[in-house]
Amino acid sequence: MTIINQLANPTRFMALSGRLLPWIAGMGAVCLIIGFYGAWFRAPADYQQGETIRIMYVHVPAAWLAMLFYTLMTLSAVGALVWRHPLAEVAQKAAAPIGACFALVCLITGALWGRPMWGTYWVWDARLTSMLVLLLIYLAIIALWRTVDEPAQAGRAVSILTLVGFVNIPIIKFSVDWWNTLHQPASVFRMGGPTIHPSMLWPLLICAVGLSLAAVALHLVAMRTEIMRRRIRTLTILAADRADRAAGMAGYGSAAQ
Amino acid sequence: MSGFLALVRRDLALSLRIGGGASFALVFFLMIVTLTPFAIGPDLNLLARIAPAILWIGAVLATLIGLDRLFQADAEDGTLDLLKAGRLPLEGIVLAKCLAHWLTTGLPLALAAPLFGLLLAMEPAGMAAAALSLLIGTPALTFIGAVGAALTAGIRRGGVLIAILALPLMIPVLIFGVAACNAAVGGTIPFSTPLAILGALTLIFAVIGVIGAAAGLRQVD
Repeated sequence: MTIINQLANPTRFMALSGRLLPWIAGMGAVCLIIGFYGAWFRAPADYQQGETIRIMYVHVPAAWLAMLFYTLMTLSAVGALVWRHPLAEVAQKAAAPIGACFALVCLITGALWGRPMWGTYWVWDARLTSMLVLLLIYLAIIALWRTVDEPAQAGRAVSILTLVGFVNIPIIKFSVDWWNTLHQPASVFRMGGPTIHPSMLWPLLICAVGLSLAAVALHLVAMRTEIMRRRIRTLTILAADRADRAAGMAGYGSAAQ
Repeated sequence: MSGFLALVRRDLALSLRIGGGASFALVFFLMIVTLTPFAIGPDLNLLARIAPAILWIGAVLATLIGLDRLFQADAEDGTLDLLKAGRLPLEGIVLAKCLAHWLTTGLPLALAAPLFGLLLAMEPAGMAAAALSLLIGTPALTFIGAVGAALTAGIRRGGVLIAILALPLMIPVLIFGVAACNAAVGGTIPFSTPLAILGALTLIFAVIGVIGAAAGLRQVD
């Protein structure tokens, strides 16, 4: 908790994140190289799904990260609303596009995987639909960020929306599951099997760790960019204010003469 | 309590008088019901099958009407500041305004649903089910929309944004509303199951929506 409190100072956060960033990005790159090497060359092709199983090594981590980043945004929203932590807002804003990208990657890789396996790019399966709705909520949050121009006000509004969305996600998940089981029998959507062989599991886990580290690195970069953007905004306003006052003084002076 | 009722009465009066647009939702609802057969053709069997879907989509979209001004008008002319300073808690204010909004959108839609169902060749049982499900489900739509309305109250061009914010959250209500209508005219599940869930959703969103909208209004300057 003390670390989180200390990080309320943006300068301290910039120094710390600047030092950590190369390490996180480097470790992520190493993990991804090992993981993708394992996924491409070491892991066997599935006896049912053939080579298309290799899509899984991106698809599954993307799905995890899409949900993880929403959780991260919810925690940040609580931090922003309850403790007014200045960095929580920044963290939340930076997380939204990254989470949306992972949701989109999950949907696209899922579509590419679904085409050879199920014979169609898209079905209104409960899981697919839930991910699509998650993407829509991400897009709504980004839309709200992009509409309110005052960062502090936008931050509070988005925090509330994020929390309302978080409460709703289980309800949406439940209703979509219910809707799907009502409409179509779950016969097409049997995956290869519930258990996964160790030879496939280890590349999957390493890919997941690598993608998570890459996501954290992206998140840190986005947070640093956002802090810089706010600094520039403040400096611009101050400069404009100063110029305005100087012009006003000059105008007053000339009028007096 | 008197403040609550006064606020409901004020909002009702404002929306019923000229410039209020209380009838817009109903006319819009009728437009959607009329346009759909033109789009898919006058096949009565097909229309009867998708009638609950049309009615519910119409209800969801019609609820959005008026939401953009729900809090914005009061925020602009300073009424909201006055209400905030009053004795009625902000949650009570939101509840009163939601009630007034529902009385002018959700309730007329539910009452008109049997008539519009006639245009879509619905069976009598289906019409009654549509009316009942709309009566129970539309308050949830208003409460969800209120969150979007509160969050965009300080924004000038909030209209489309409300739709983007609120529509994903309305999906559960839509699912169970249509399911209730379909269950009434046949199917494997009893009519009461989706209807009960619809009632539960309305209660849940009455809590989430009111608290969320009040929190949203607090951050409007």
